[in-house]
Amino acid sequence: MTSVLSDEKTTSNVEAQRPPGGFYRWITSVDHKVIGKNYMYTALTFMFIAGAMALLIRTQLFNPNGHVVGQQTYNELFTIHGSIMLYLFAGPFAFGGFANYIVPLQIGAPDMAFPRLNNLSYWLFLTGGTTMLLGFFTASGAAAFGWVAYAPLSSNPYSPGPGPDLWIVSIALVGFSGIFTGVNLVTTIFYLRAPGLTMFRMPLFTWSMLVTGILILVAFPVLTAALVMLYADRHFGAHFFSVQGGGVPVMWQNLFWFFGHPEVYILALPFFGIISEVVPVFAKKPIFGYRGMVFATLAIAGLSTGVWAHHMFTTGTVLLPFFSALSLLIAVPTGIKVFTWIATIWGGQIRFSVPMLFAMGFIPAFVMGGITGVMLASPPIDFYTHDTYFVVAHFHQVLIATTIFAGFAGIYYWYPKITGRMLRERVGRWNFWVTYLGFWVTFMPQYLLGLRGMPRRIAVYSATDGFTFLNRVSTVGAYVMAIGMALFLVNVVWSWRRPVAAEANPWDGATLEWATSSPPPAHNFHSLPPIRSARPVWDVNHPEHADAAPVIAGGDESAD
Amino acid sequence: MSRKILLSRGIRGVAVLVAGAVLASCKIPSFGAFHGNTVQGNSTYHLWQGFFIASIFVGGITFLLLGYALIRFRRHGDAIPKQVHGNTKLEVFYTVIPVLIVAVLFVFTVRVENKVDAVSRNPNLRVDVTAFQWGWKFYYPSYRVATITQGVDAYPTLELPVGETATFQLVSNDVVHGFYLPQFDFSRYALPGVTNYFDFTPQHTASFVGRCSQLCGLYHAEMLFYVHVVTPAQFASWIDTHQKAR
Amino acid sequence: MRTESRIYLGVGSFFLLILIVYFLWSKESTGSVLLLASAGLGILPGLYMGWWSRRMKPRLEDAEVVEPRDISGIVGTFPENTIFPFTLGIGAWLTGLAFVFGGWFAVIGMGFVISAAFAATIESKRSSLAEAANRRGAED
Repeated sequence: MTSVLSDEKTTSNVEAQRPPGGFYRWITSVDHKVIGKNYMYTALTFMFIAGAMALLIRTQLFNPNGHVVGQQTYNELFTIHGSIMLYLFAGPFAFGGFANYIVPLQIGAPDMAFPRLNNLSYWLFLTGGTTMLLGFFTASGAAAFGWVAYAPLSSNPYSPGPGPDLWIVSIALVGFSGIFTGVNLVTTIFYLRAPGLTMFRMPLFTWSMLVTGILILVAFPVLTAALVMLYADRHFGAHFFSVQGGGVPVMWQNLFWFFGHPEVYILALPFFGIISEVVPVFAKKPIFGYRGMVFATLAIAGLSTGVWAHHMFTTGTVLLPFFSALSLLIAVPTGIKVFTWIATIWGGQIRFSVPMLFAMGFIPAFVMGGITGVMLASPPIDFYTHDTYFVVAHFHQVLIATTIFAGFAGIYYWYPKITGRMLRERVGRWNFWVTYLGFWVTFMPQYLLGLRGMPRRIAVYSATDGFTFLNRVSTVGAYVMAIGMALFLVNVVWSWRRPVAAEANPWDGATLEWATSSPPPAHNFHSLPPIRSARPVWDVNHPEHADAAPVIAGGDESAD
Repeated sequence: MSRKILLSRGIRGVAVLVAGAVLASCKIPSFGAFHGNTVQGNSTYHLWQGFFIASIFVGGITFLLLGYALIRFRRHGDAIPKQVHGNTKLEVFYTVIPVLIVAVLFVFTVRVENKVDAVSRNPNLRVDVTAFQWGWKFYYPSYRVATITQGVDAYPTLELPVGETATFQLVSNDVVHGFYLPQFDFSRYALPGVTNYFDFTPQHTASFVGRCSQLCGLYHAEMLFYVHVVTPAQFASWIDTHQKAR
Repeated sequence: MRTESRIYLGVGSFFLLILIVYFLWSKESTGSVLLLASAGLGILPGLYMGWWSRRMKPRLEDAEVVEPRDISGIVGTFPENTIFPFTLGIGAWLTGLAFVFGGWFAVIGMGFVISAAFAATIESKRSSLAEAANRRGAED
């Protein structure tokens, strides 16, 4: 269709550099696409490492009094499993990987607002992540106090040695990396949108990333501050969290969860955004209630800072009705999102390609985790189930629904754009169904285990506890999930060895990233379609069903 | 329109059922939970039943709508479906209904919460619980009797008379522990520097294992204790034995 | 800019609302201070952007209808390759490791950081000169 931009739009580098090749190019590139891909590869690598740890954990619990690993090793394993999944995979995969790659494309920008800062934040993420793993190579082992690092267990007398310090430094580095990315995202979205792409024409994924960026700026500095206090307690004799020196141990929990609960939404919102992109495209309809979706996202952001102490109901030191009310309320915007997705496919023409399969698998999995979340928002029920496998099952269902199912919907959806190749449909289907089956088999028994009294983070249980059968089912499920995830690797290797070229717009996508070639050229666009609605590419490809009537303003002819 | 009516009926049904669950729960299944062997825990158990039934309704409606849409609106051809951008009435509807549901849930939550958290002014018994790495000390101040963890596998006993209200005082000596009694449907953190109080009124005689629920270091998994709910006579003789042993 | 400002102001005022309810109800200090900081974090940039939105020309990003001649031309200058973020990152990492393995890591790390800061400044000065030249070239 009409291209209304001249080629001058894409200004390239100012100095006539000789483009470096290979390794040096990889290290020095500040192109958001290269950095985004680096983030994704790195985060997925971390995910597979932490997944292997999860298998070890499940193997240990297969038998009562398991002897696969010792208790100290077990504590280290679940600590690093949780830390990797939450700090190094879920977040960076979304706001470092997807957001970096997709947001500039969706808003028609040539790059992120601060390309050099973007590159720096990747290096902080990579070095920070490596630092966490270094803990396993120290004499006293890695950190072993859980990913929440409750003081005073995480302070010096109870967790000595370099492992915990490496964990602190690692999280601090990754935290700075996240803050830089947050700044970069917000600035990019505010200042680099293509002409005509008003805020309320932005794709919902970009909206999610904007809100995520704001939440990062709220949450991560609190974590960094808490880590500095913890380090000072450990090494400089400060007493922020020790009773003997007049400190308050519960303050750690307040600080941590003030970061930690917005963090949960930092992890979830980008993946909601992916679903909001995938569902309309494969139903061939626009999203149902765009503005409602935007306000639901903003409402989640607003409420997310008012619910931190629902992780602390059983401390007996928090205002129960306040946190219970806000935690229950946050189910409302989340529910709006689910109903919106269902209303979007209502009356559509649903194509069950692999991205849609993952997206539709996401909804029941997430609803299940959400419903148990509402139960946990009620303090009396939380007293009963807190720190049991009920909670473990709840947050694994929520987080795996978002990061794995929605995340893989995103991978399968944007893989053609990112690599210029298609992933195989058939292997993709197997990848989905096997993982999905494993998911339910792994986590449904854990709800029951929690209700029958199995606390989380225990390395051994007794044969007389009655936990054996359910644990075995769960372990089998975990291995099925692992096979499902391995099929993803098979798919990637297959598409790499025997490539099938992807077109610019293989899914009939509606947003700007589908207006450029797959993969996009340096600085992304040679020309942009006219932007007169939230679906500029749809308007061009389906003029008879366009969202916006084409505006015949003076100058349209002269542009051609 | 008819769906709307159906939905609002469903919602009203949920409210009625939650109320019903709290009032007359004997016939409702336990949904995997313990019945809560204390007056306090039992009200938690009824709340759980109410929440579970509400969940079945909300989750069921969501899954039915999703499943119906997925089957009914599969791709039939290349026609472009009607491009519906939204419907303000429906959007307001699916915003307001969840607000009402959580409001009902919140009211029941607060009522049960007040019951569970109430501490009696003149309890029949006081028990001081101290958690430490990795064990428990149960001290009965009025009888000057204490039981304590004495090494691996030597778990202490928490003996409670049935039908009598006991006020617990809970504190930790070192790190954060979780005082968790599965069959009482209850847990509470043992925090260093913070003293927590709560009441148990056991309803039936029983024996079970209590645990530490909050990660507290190397032997977290082995920080167990036995709970025996016994008749007042048995409790008196148990106290007697321990006083003599001292 | 107006929408951007309203987003920040909206989120910030909501934090303020939570803060007021929470503080009056619980009198708990840690959470109140954090909520106050969050409210400030929302309201300050919101006010700043609102202030600017009244003083700047309407931006093309916010225009409902865009003329083709408005959207051709140079968007900005974007670098392609530079080694200094990597150098800076390694420097920051080594400095971080100093907190675990001892001060001598910081000596090497800060060396990296300082040299990267110098070199990056020089590089960006050079490229902004080149950008100005480029712009002049484009205008001609």
